[in-house]
Amino acid sequence: MRAPQPVRRVLVAAAAGVACFASAAEDIDWGPYEVDGRRSGYTYAAAETRAIQDDDFENGGLLWVEKGAELWETAHGADGASCQGCHGDAAESMRGVGARYPVYAAEREKLINLEQRINQCRTERMGAEAWRWESEPLLAMTTYLRHQSRGMAVSPVIDGPAAPFFEQGKAFYTKRRGQLDLACIHCHEMNSGNMLRAQRLSQGMSNGFPTYRLKWQGVGSLHRRIRGCNEDVRAETYAPGSDEYVNVELYLAWRARGLPVETPAVRN
Amino acid sequence: MASTRRKRLLTTLRGHAGAVAALGILVLLTAGSGRVAAADYVVRDYAIPEPLTATPGDPQRGAAIVVDRARGNCLSCHAVPVDADFFGTTGPTLAAVGARLNAAQLRLRLVDPKVINPMTMMPAYFKTEGLYRVAPEYAGKPILSAQEIEDVVAFLLTLK
Ligand code: HEC
Ligand code: HEC
Ligand code: HEC
Repeated sequence: MRAPQPVRRVLVAAAAGVACFASAAEDIDWGPYEVDGRRSGYTYAAAETRAIQDDDFENGGLLWVEKGAELWETAHGADGASCQGCHGDAAESMRGVGARYPVYAAEREKLINLEQRINQCRTERMGAEAWRWESEPLLAMTTYLRHQSRGMAVSPVIDGPAAPFFEQGKAFYTKRRGQLDLACIHCHEMNSGNMLRAQRLSQGMSNGFPTYRLKWQGVGSLHRRIRGCNEDVRAETYAPGSDEYVNVELYLAWRARGLPVETPAVRN
Repeated sequence: MASTRRKRLLTTLRGHAGAVAALGILVLLTAGSGRVAAADYVVRDYAIPEPLTATPGDPQRGAAIVVDRARGNCLSCHAVPVDADFFGTTGPTLAAVGARLNAAQLRLRLVDPKVINPMTMMPAYFKTEGLYRVAPEYAGKPILSAQEIEDVVAFLLTLK
């Protein structure tokens, strides 16, 4: 069992002392949380929320990391295998994996994301059943695995066989939808920093997922968040794990390229 | 521009029979349901000169619609001189908008703002066509009814 490490980032602690006003935001050096104008949702969050993320003892998401670590060691399924049995120490074998997913999977001729890769090992290599989307064990394992890349730069591969899926994700991102007829760009590109009533719009970055949301009082997947953004414009949603959401997940990873994996980030 | 555009749109017929009659509109009832009708309105000089209903708009009802999250939800994007805790900043303040724009201009702004600005973030409140993947519970329904549009226009005109 890995004990949560109390990590204090000096730069961030300094930044957190500065009041979170839109006008002040331009002057803040966000350190690794801003790369060439691309800003993590961390930089749009309230100072109190950032402080929770910065303290592993406060960050509720670490409970999912711990739970994932337990699942990693435990034997599941007909074959009595554990993830650890094949992959050894996750801190080594899984380091960097979460920073590059989703990836093109030749055997499926499409993209596969981390949740799906976990379930692929369960069903194809362990004789176990797939974990349901958004179920506690799948969230815990995804959070645990992506946590192994915490601090590493998001670095997806978007060329080669991934290119057409990247393009589909981009098209999804720019398409107006729903009764309110809005695309992701309207909120997350044209209006980041602006207020949507009580909510401060960020650039909609994915580098902190699965994320601990104060509103959810728990950890949620990126696909749950995207579905929520679809619902907010009164659009018909897709199922979590759908090709549409996995493709836009790759596009979001490209938008967040260079930003650090924050899993589990803390957001409102 | 003197270009006159005619737009067909679907709107809920319930309660709008008077409006439909007043505009001399061809009413197409979808067989069986009796809820949906196709109506016309006329856009002229970036405005809709004729009211959508025969009943004049009520500014008090309009104020309630503007604040209501389930209906106008205008505060999600606009500052409005009403009592509220939070205002959005993606759109301009609507303070004194009634002095800047007249009823006809405000009507088009609400009915279909993309005629004014194709890139706008502001939703069309009285439109059901040309939308993509509307959630089933909202499909075929405009965000506001014709009478609600008139009520909101009447409210905006009080902001001077
Ligand atoms: C009507 C405005 C709106 C639209 C359109 C919208 N979102 Fe969001 N989104 C929000 C709000 C509000 C939040 C929470 C505050 C924030 O981080 O911006 C959010 C948060 C997010 C986050 C989490 C950011 C973080 O740091 O945790 C992601 C990812 C996201 N949105 C993706 C999308 C995608 C993909 C689309 C298009 C399918 C989309 N959004 C469309 C309003 C919107
Ligand atoms: C029987 C052995 C076995 C077991 C048990 C197993 N895996 Fe795997 N796993 C593999 C193999 C083989 C690969 C493919 C390696 C490759 O393609 O480089 C893989 C690949 C992966 C990958 C993708 C790594 C990458 O670099 O893209 C992830 C993530 C993963 N496994 C997670 C898990 C998890 C979580 C569990 C437990 C629920 C698990 N695996 C159980 C054998 C196993
Ligand atoms: C999703 C954001 C959004 C919502 C919701 C919204 N608007 Fe707007 N509105 C805008 C934006 C942005 C503009 C700026 C002009 C443009 O983009 O076309 C605007 C412009 C306007 C204007 C023109 C202002 C001027 O000075 O020219 C009026 C009037 C207006 N809105 C009224 C409303 C009313 C009334 C509601 C609610 C029924 C509403 N808006 C809902 C975003 C919004």
